[in-house]
Amino acid sequence: MLPAPQAHHAEPPPIVEIRGLGKTYASGFHALKRIDLTIRRGEIFALLGPNGAGKTTLIHIICGIVRPGDGRVLVGGHDIVRDYRAARSKIGLVPQELSTDAFETVWATVSFSRGLFGKRKDPAHIEKVLRALSLWDKRGSKIMTLSGGMKRRVLIAKALAHEPEILFLDEPTAGVDVELRHDMWQMVRELRGSGVTIILTTHYIEEAEQMADRIGVISKGELIVVEDKAALMRKLGKRQLALQLAAPLDRIPDALAGDPLELSADRETLTYTFDVQGEQTGIADLLRRLDELGIGFKDLRTSESSLEDIFVSLLRGRA
Amino acid sequence: MTAINFPAVRAIYRFEMARTFRTLMQSIAAPVLSTSLYFVVFGAAIGSRMGQVGGVSYGSFIIPGLVMLSLLSESISNASFGIYLPKWSGTIYELLSAPVSFVEVVLGYVGAAATKSVLLGALILITARVFVPYEIVHPVWALGFLVLTAVTFSMFGFIIGLWADSFQKLQTIPLMVVTPLTFLGGAFYSISMLPPFWQKVTLFNPVVYLISGVRWAFYGQSDVNAAISFAATLGFLAVCLTFVWWVFKTGYKLKT
Repeated sequence: MLPAPQAHHAEPPPIVEIRGLGKTYASGFHALKRIDLTIRRGEIFALLGPNGAGKTTLIHIICGIVRPGDGRVLVGGHDIVRDYRAARSKIGLVPQELSTDAFETVWATVSFSRGLFGKRKDPAHIEKVLRALSLWDKRGSKIMTLSGGMKRRVLIAKALAHEPEILFLDEPTAGVDVELRHDMWQMVRELRGSGVTIILTTHYIEEAEQMADRIGVISKGELIVVEDKAALMRKLGKRQLALQLAAPLDRIPDALAGDPLELSADRETLTYTFDVQGEQTGIADLLRRLDELGIGFKDLRTSESSLEDIFVSLLRGRA
Repeated sequence: MTAINFPAVRAIYRFEMARTFRTLMQSIAAPVLSTSLYFVVFGAAIGSRMGQVGGVSYGSFIIPGLVMLSLLSESISNASFGIYLPKWSGTIYELLSAPVSFVEVVLGYVGAAATKSVLLGALILITARVFVPYEIVHPVWALGFLVLTAVTFSMFGFIIGLWADSFQKLQTIPLMVVTPLTFLGGAFYSISMLPPFWQKVTLFNPVVYLISGVRWAFYGQSDVNAAISFAATLGFLAVCLTFVWWVFKTGYKLKT
């Protein structure tokens, strides 16, 4: 695992602290293996991983839905087992599944959630949440009459009804349309602006790339990377220079055999991969040697690894 | 937040009561109608041709038993369905992730189920007055027995709802165990009418104690000592409460 940034003394205490968390289900499946993770107050943390990696198990343990195995989890300094009331009251959860009360109205189910988390009635807050999620006009509708996207909004409204300090979004944009996705991320930004910590899992890695402050990658129950997004992309990202050749090459010349070069299948593009962090990219030297070898090119372009590329390469490295 | 999360108890209670009023026909009207039919058939029609039982007309004699019959089945049904529904629909995640203890969950669900059952029992008693005359000798004890029975069997229903993982299982115990025990528990007869051997056997039926206790509260006479009936009901309540506490402590059938 890449080293986590050192905590600075002036930093506020973490909102979630996980130490040595393990979980083995009754079936014997080892879902989590000694997870250590610290979530900073007010950040957007994206937890990425393939299906079955342990993302939902981790979230469900923190929220109290799945019993923890080994280790310890603190939420806002409160142990999730011994001091579960204080810990859970800080958390709002939007589950992956569209689990809703079919026969209730939007207003009733959101109000129920607020009461369940120990908060007094506050119609003004419920109204604010419903308006923010474009649900106000549907407040009297039974949930069974709503579309999938609207039901997803209801789940978010329920999670926000008790004014949580931490919001868990477990695959919140799975199966939702572009408009809702856009609205949702706008709302997430606003929540973060108001001091709410957001922990999300998503399969849309470009979303994590856009939204997250930090990224965690989990694979087979192990947290393999936790890093600031920018630092992660700097450390593990690659840049490439693609040269569109003036004439196809049969093969990479022996004089260039030691360079990180790749010839495309159509033999018309030569791709040079270089280190983002390196002081010397080696591009000038490469172009000079290509000129000496009489290899011309008619176009060139550079590209940078996306988070998805990094994610895939990390998982391949663990396979 | 206080030691007890009262807003949560209130939220669950109101949520469950709202479900009752949303399904008024099924929750209230249907049981009242079916019990009224018992009064018409066994009380007014057949009862008028039967002699008295323990100095009470047959129509009046069956009132405590019929009220208990409805109370037991409705308590179990309300509470078991109340907790099974979120398990089935997946909304149980919210209950499990909320800052609530098993006490608050039980107070909310069992409290609502027992309230509905007591309301239903009261409605049945009022309806019975239309068909059969009766007086209640110990009204406070009658109310006490009805409330205690409603709470106890709502708790039992809650356990069934926690245990069940299909609608079939949800119905199995009420239909295959509770209904036969209720019919054989002296709702329609005094156990003194049975042959001596079956009088002994029937004492193993817990429903006998419930019906007997209520009948004593109504008419001042019973098959079993009222104090024993009361103690037996309290004992069953304690067993149910302990089981629910264990379920929430271990997460049995709730958490993986």
